[in-house]
Amino acid sequence: MTISRRTLLGAATAAAAIPLGRPRAQGAPTVKIGVLNDMSGPYLNTGGPTSVTCCRQALEDFGVAGKGLNVEVINADHQNKPDLAVSIARQWYDRDGVDMILDVPTSSVALAVQGVSREKNKIFLASGPATTGLTGEQCSPNFVHWTYDTYMLAKSTGGAMVKAGGDSWYFLTADYAFGKQLQADTTTFVQKSGGKVLGASAYPFPGTSDFSSFLVQAQSSRAKVLGLANAGADTVNSIKQAREFGVNQTMKLAALLMFVTDVHALGLDVAQGLNLTESFYWDLNDQTRAFTNRVKSKTPNNWPNMIHAGCYSATLHYLKTIADMGAAEGKKDGAATVARMKKMPVEDDCFGKMTIREDGRNLTTAYLFEVKKPSESKGPWDYFKLVATTPGNEAYRPLAEGHCPFIKAA
Amino acid sequence: MFMIFGIPGPLLFGQLLLGLINGAFYAMLSLGLAVIFGMLNIINFAHGALFMMGAFASWMLLQYAGIGYFPSLILAPLIIGAFGVVLEKTIISRLYKLDHLYGLLLTFGLALVIQGLFRNYYGSSGLPYRIPDILQGATDLGFMFMPNYRGWVVLAALVVCFSTWAIIEKTSLGATLRAATENAPLVQAFGVNVPRVITLTYGGGVALAAFAGVLAAPIYSVNPNMGDNFINTVFAVVVIGGMGSIMGAIVTGFALGVIEGLTKVFYPEASATVVFLVMVIVLLTLPHGLFGRRA
Repeated sequence: MTISRRTLLGAATAAAAIPLGRPRAQGAPTVKIGVLNDMSGPYLNTGGPTSVTCCRQALEDFGVAGKGLNVEVINADHQNKPDLAVSIARQWYDRDGVDMILDVPTSSVALAVQGVSREKNKIFLASGPATTGLTGEQCSPNFVHWTYDTYMLAKSTGGAMVKAGGDSWYFLTADYAFGKQLQADTTTFVQKSGGKVLGASAYPFPGTSDFSSFLVQAQSSRAKVLGLANAGADTVNSIKQAREFGVNQTMKLAALLMFVTDVHALGLDVAQGLNLTESFYWDLNDQTRAFTNRVKSKTPNNWPNMIHAGCYSATLHYLKTIADMGAAEGKKDGAATVARMKKMPVEDDCFGKMTIREDGRNLTTAYLFEVKKPSESKGPWDYFKLVATTPGNEAYRPLAEGHCPFIKAA
Repeated sequence: MFMIFGIPGPLLFGQLLLGLINGAFYAMLSLGLAVIFGMLNIINFAHGALFMMGAFASWMLLQYAGIGYFPSLILAPLIIGAFGVVLEKTIISRLYKLDHLYGLLLTFGLALVIQGLFRNYYGSSGLPYRIPDILQGATDLGFMFMPNYRGWVVLAALVVCFSTWAIIEKTSLGATLRAATENAPLVQAFGVNVPRVITLTYGGGVALAAFAGVLAAPIYSVNPNMGDNFINTVFAVVVIGGMGSIMGAIVTGFALGVIEGLTKVFYPEASATVVFLVMVIVLLTLPHGLFGRRA
């Protein structure tokens, strides 16, 4: 028999490819997690590399190697662009064998990834995005909204402001899915409590760094509260400039979505006295402190906020479910795995006990904080005082009000 | 309260003034771009990154050396200007003989590298920089609450813009500069070191960007992406004013700031787009820009 050159080349290539595989647990298929978030823009510090670190921490704490699981974590930058995120998600699901996409801040981007994940019957666990649309009209059986949403923020922060006498509002809104939803949800609460909304300025996102014009308009509306329906660097800039224009002397500022990382960027001098809502703070209790101690050496300049903690918590629960079902079974059908996740008890160091509702809403406890004065802060990242606590079953929009289509069908 | 187009008068005046403040930044940045383009024929896409470096330089001077705002207003442009000189000498000077596009690609790449480095070390949330004590507070102008610092920005920008214009158009140094761009070999024959003139011009343009960066530091958060928000608008300003026209860049910078400010009152959603709308209209009617000379 003569061996052709082609067969020889083919055999050589095949032989060369064999040793490339990494050592792995015998037989078990690899579970692949893709962290998709903003690695370069305004939401870098609220998500970004710290989300990846927290996801990996969950692998470590769960002890994947000891349980015979092969888990791989990859990540990518979606640059807050829905079209880019969709093409990454497709490539991950189709070509790279990703089973679960994690984090995905920026509501418009998350809504786009939601569609792809459902179409491919994979899993999407969202920690970064805020819009309630994800568990409402555009809900999906392949999805869990882990950490917070616009309704919970509006109820906790907005509700507290109205109670404290802030009955007339002006909104400064980032002009995309998230900002609009947050404004709409807060408006509902303000009006229900007998308050009025006197006006709003929707500014282009991303790309606006000067808010002075909108702040002056807000001031001349004579509203008592300025609701900031924005996030990340935009919130930081608008609070800074509000102080510069003396807006904080005539109006109360309601930072409807603000993270401990934003307070760090502003400095306590500027941020003191602000109310904000998070479902996680590193200094809440022994468990949260223990978690933070485990990760902070890996992300020393950016301590975890609720989005980061959500990435940890979601990954941990996903791994528990996969271990329970077996990796092969868990990879087969995204919707079935999510259904199993909803049935299993959810508990970890960051959030304590939680329940995942059938529409994919994870019910975390909402904590209303007040930012400390510089004199009250005892050490690095000591920024918040706890003001009020709303349990998970009261913090979120009731199931019936969401009009999630797949629940009606069931 | 009297009304103009259904908007209360005081609010409108306030917006005009705020537009002027933003216009000051546009003017300073587009001025640097126009100088560099006019003299070197390089489309300097790294301008936004150099603006950001100016802001970071003032932050670092304060953080690591305890040097306050006013000294850094002079020091930061010098440091970043020197950095510009190094860039020009080592990299950019190699491209003068090639097409514009190569310069554009090179400076665009440089901008990405610089921003990436800063993002890696300082994150994107931004770093706080305090307004200096004497410029703290605000003045009640009757129709609006005017922060003193912003007033200072407009003043400083006007002084810098018009002195740059005067140096280039009215002094013998400026005349040499202009002659060198017109006909380099001839000027060299008169004993002028043309490559050095060009290097210093680039350094000067960069220093202008850094100066604007220091002025911007207390207003915006000092973050690696701060140049991005300006650079596109500033390029539009240069195009509208006429490529390479110094006066065009200054006047158009302030004017577009005002137009943008007014848009924010009437239809805020369009405030990021209006500049480009103006650009399209100007290019359709006057292809060389408002102040550009016909080629």
